[in-house]
Amino acid sequence: MTAMRSDFSLALFVLVPLVLGLASWWLGRRQALVSRWLVLAANLFTLALAGVLWLDATGVIGLGLTAAGGNGAAAAGSAVPRWMAELHVPWIPALGISFSLGMDGLSLTMLALTGLLGAMAVLSSWTGITDRVPFFHMNLGLVLAGINGVFLATDLFLFVFFWELMLVPMYFLIDIWGHENRHYAAVKFFLFTQVGGLLMLVSIIALAVLHAMASGTWSFALADLAGTAVSPVVGMLLMLGFFAAFAVKLPAFPLHTWLPDAHTEAPTAGSVILAGLLLKTGGYGLIRFAVPLFPAASRAFAPVALTMAAAGIVYGGIMAFSQKDMKRVVAYTSVSHLGFVLMGVYAFTPQALSGAVLQMVSHGISTGALFMLVGTLQDRIHTRELDRMGGLWAQAPRMGAAALVLAMALVGLPGLVNFVSEFLVLVGTWSVSPVATVAAGIGLVIATIYALRLFQMAFHGAPREKWTLTDLDARETGTLFLAIALLVLFGLYPAPILHMVEQSVSGVLAAIAAGGAA
Amino acid sequence: MSAADFLGALPLIVLAVGALLVLAAAAFTRNLLASFVLTLVTLGVSLAASAVLMAQGPYTVAGILSFDSFVLFGFLLILGATFFAAISSWAALRSRRGEGGDFFFLFLLSALGACVLAASAAFASFFLGLELMSVSLYALIGWRRESGRGTEAAIKYLVIAGASSAFLLFGMALFYADTGTMSLAQLAAAGQGPLAPVGLGMMLVGIGFKLAVVPFHLWTPDVYDGAPAPVTGFIATVSKGAMVVVMVRAFAPALVGTGGINGLVGEGAVAAAAAFPWVFAVIAGLSMFAGNILALRERNVKRILAFSSIAHLGYILVAFLAGGVEALRAVSFYLVAYFVTTLGAFAAITELSGPEADADDLSHYEGLAARRPWLAAGFTSMLLSLAGLPLTAGFIGKFLILRAGAGAQLWILAVILAVNTTISIFYYLKIVSAMFRGFAGHGAAGHAAAAGNAAANAQGAAVTAAAGAGAARIPVLAAAALIALTVLVIALGVFPSPLISFIGSLHTGGL
Repeated sequence: MTAMRSDFSLALFVLVPLVLGLASWWLGRRQALVSRWLVLAANLFTLALAGVLWLDATGVIGLGLTAAGGNGAAAAGSAVPRWMAELHVPWIPALGISFSLGMDGLSLTMLALTGLLGAMAVLSSWTGITDRVPFFHMNLGLVLAGINGVFLATDLFLFVFFWELMLVPMYFLIDIWGHENRHYAAVKFFLFTQVGGLLMLVSIIALAVLHAMASGTWSFALADLAGTAVSPVVGMLLMLGFFAAFAVKLPAFPLHTWLPDAHTEAPTAGSVILAGLLLKTGGYGLIRFAVPLFPAASRAFAPVALTMAAAGIVYGGIMAFSQKDMKRVVAYTSVSHLGFVLMGVYAFTPQALSGAVLQMVSHGISTGALFMLVGTLQDRIHTRELDRMGGLWAQAPRMGAAALVLAMALVGLPGLVNFVSEFLVLVGTWSVSPVATVAAGIGLVIATIYALRLFQMAFHGAPREKWTLTDLDARETGTLFLAIALLVLFGLYPAPILHMVEQSVSGVLAAIAAGGAA
Repeated sequence: MSAADFLGALPLIVLAVGALLVLAAAAFTRNLLASFVLTLVTLGVSLAASAVLMAQGPYTVAGILSFDSFVLFGFLLILGATFFAAISSWAALRSRRGEGGDFFFLFLLSALGACVLAASAAFASFFLGLELMSVSLYALIGWRRESGRGTEAAIKYLVIAGASSAFLLFGMALFYADTGTMSLAQLAAAGQGPLAPVGLGMMLVGIGFKLAVVPFHLWTPDVYDGAPAPVTGFIATVSKGAMVVVMVRAFAPALVGTGGINGLVGEGAVAAAAAFPWVFAVIAGLSMFAGNILALRERNVKRILAFSSIAHLGYILVAFLAGGVEALRAVSFYLVAYFVTTLGAFAAITELSGPEADADDLSHYEGLAARRPWLAAGFTSMLLSLAGLPLTAGFIGKFLILRAGAGAQLWILAVILAVNTTISIFYYLKIVSAMFRGFAGHGAAGHAAAAGNAAANAQGAAVTAAAGAGAARIPVLAAAALIALTVLVIALGVFPSPLISFIGSLHTGGL
């Protein structure tokens, strides 16, 4: 290995939300506002640190925190990306486990998204959560620490550790502060995710055992395990173990059934984090681990994954169209839109994979904002039934305008980043599977129908019931405006993100090509 | 016996003498505090002696007790668990005036039995230790003489334990008749004639009963439920742990070098001997499924923990089946994790319980996080550790077991373990969820409910105070014990390295 960069700033991504989250529980016990500010600060810190690293990596500022071209240690076609920064601290040396973090463009993009949506989640619950505020924010801090850890871990044991760490706080967020049917939804969420996670753990251990048999030393480092030779059958089984965890989280049709319940019952901040970030850990896991570790098996599995993706896009769209609960509509649109991520990953073309990454960003921002909007509406009228709304624009024009833009983001209107990402996925998939592409195209048509229906039933037409509601206040307007501005900005100029993840994307594709040839 | 023998058996001798002193103290002074302090001192001295002896190489005493670092590690676990269980029972006993000296005597005697069992090298000491442990437990389980459930549990345990001891003895006799040896070391190795496998099978019944694995688990829920919580914690840890230590010493060396159970079968070994790993594999699988599935519909927390302990022994058997050094390490770590969490869980239950009856129904736990946040936090950590979630010792333990299982190619058992862990989370979460429930109403209720909530909390605290008969405040010592166990669970989950390297230094019977 060439010069190993030990960059403790990476550890801060995990430690700051963790410590501030725990601190907010203790310090916020007298004055609840303290805990809100602490966890908001943690997220702003994540965002700021990601921003500094971003500028450093692109050469705008020269702090030398990142190696822009990667460390050069990874050979072409390896499953190990060229890390911009790395951190290795021994943890359980007897088992070959270390606290290893590594960051490439993909990680950095996801970290920035985490900071943004984490801050949105705190802001969206500023007035909505009044019950056990410190405990709420502790859970928020812990779940975000887990998410950041997932986006950085390069030791597979550590990855599982963070992966599971996200679960319990998220469970509490749904189970304690959720809506009517929260207990059912929370347990369902937990069990689905846990089955997948444990199958992945078995796969990881099996991979480590195979590596230990071949090399005589125990290791859980991605760099060591990536080169493990496996037979096609074993490779397929192990890949399925990983895929189970990520496909449940993503969620891929037909493993999505936990999602509508969890998203609908979760409090606003919980929905924002679930839709905006937790689902992205599934996509990230596919790109970082499942595909590059098992290129041959992934190639063989691609037709199945593309079918699941196409089915999910269409199914999610149809289901979204037939829901009466506003949050359930948005939840099912997630199933539909994350089908594009799955499709983009398994098409194995540069356009499709970049599109998948961009789709994770655009869906995170737009759906996070949409959940926040639904949350503000529910706080005011205490219902999510579309049948009871109607004509709300007259009273809340700012809310209506925001809803209109976000509905257009669901449609994939040109000018918004959602269009760019979905278009890239479709272009990239066409050469691989025209059938899947056509199905996804049909999904876009359905998207128009459900998005317009959602907007019309809530904001247009004659009021079905008499509501008196105040329009968005400054905090809500500001947050939603920021989200919309980002959607437009990256819609018109997606190059910074695409450039940032370019190396990660080409690395994965090179691994696929190398593995497919072997 | 030589002087060296006396020195080598010092932990046992200290226990025996201490037990007699406690009995004498109980007979003469009836001062509970004196018995309690004497018990803790005895355990402390015995612990120190065990720790010092660990530095020595393996040795045997009188031919029927063998000591090595793994056995003494078992001593540390047994004595430590007894220590914590004794502290837990102190508060409950104190409120029952005029009783309790003999309680601690029985505790020490049972721990002595467990230590003899763990160190046994021959059938004689094996049986002696087992009976010493069990007979004391009969009295401890039925300690609340006025409670019908307690007496029922004690009788049930007496009858079933008696029957299983009979199986064990007859099995030993048959084994001896065939092989002419009464040494535990020969247990897995010998066996050419037809009687030895039959004898071994009958002995497995006796062993399986103590471990409470399927199909010998039927006593578990009733006994866990009927016995006072500290005694239940003691049964769940000490009596099972001692048996696991013996099993690892007797069987794990035989499984090593054969690549676990697959190797044994592949060699075309004698059919009957080859069948035993498979018997264990089936028992492990059934225990995991039965324990977890039976716990799903249960609402009694002590019974839930009873069923979950059946499953946990199934997990340990998976590592045990891996054989060899890996089994030794995974089992050792898991035992530590299981001991700490189980003791912590029962210590928490004890804190919630009154002198007459335990807080066993799930309704006792509703809203606990509001009434007693620290107790709820401690109990939650224990439950999450039992469920095997990160940041707790249970996660590392599960991981090591899976690793050992995968290393021996026990894929089916590894997947069964993963599936069962998921099932188990369902009922652990049920308890956790109950503790964090029953706060203010959600949504519509808002601020008005928060005010009402405070009143409800006060009421809840009053109920607890009444149940605790003036002992609502956690006694300092018990609180310290619970905090220590909670810290240990988290510390082992985050920094397992010291324990793992310590366990790596353990040796037994050529492993």
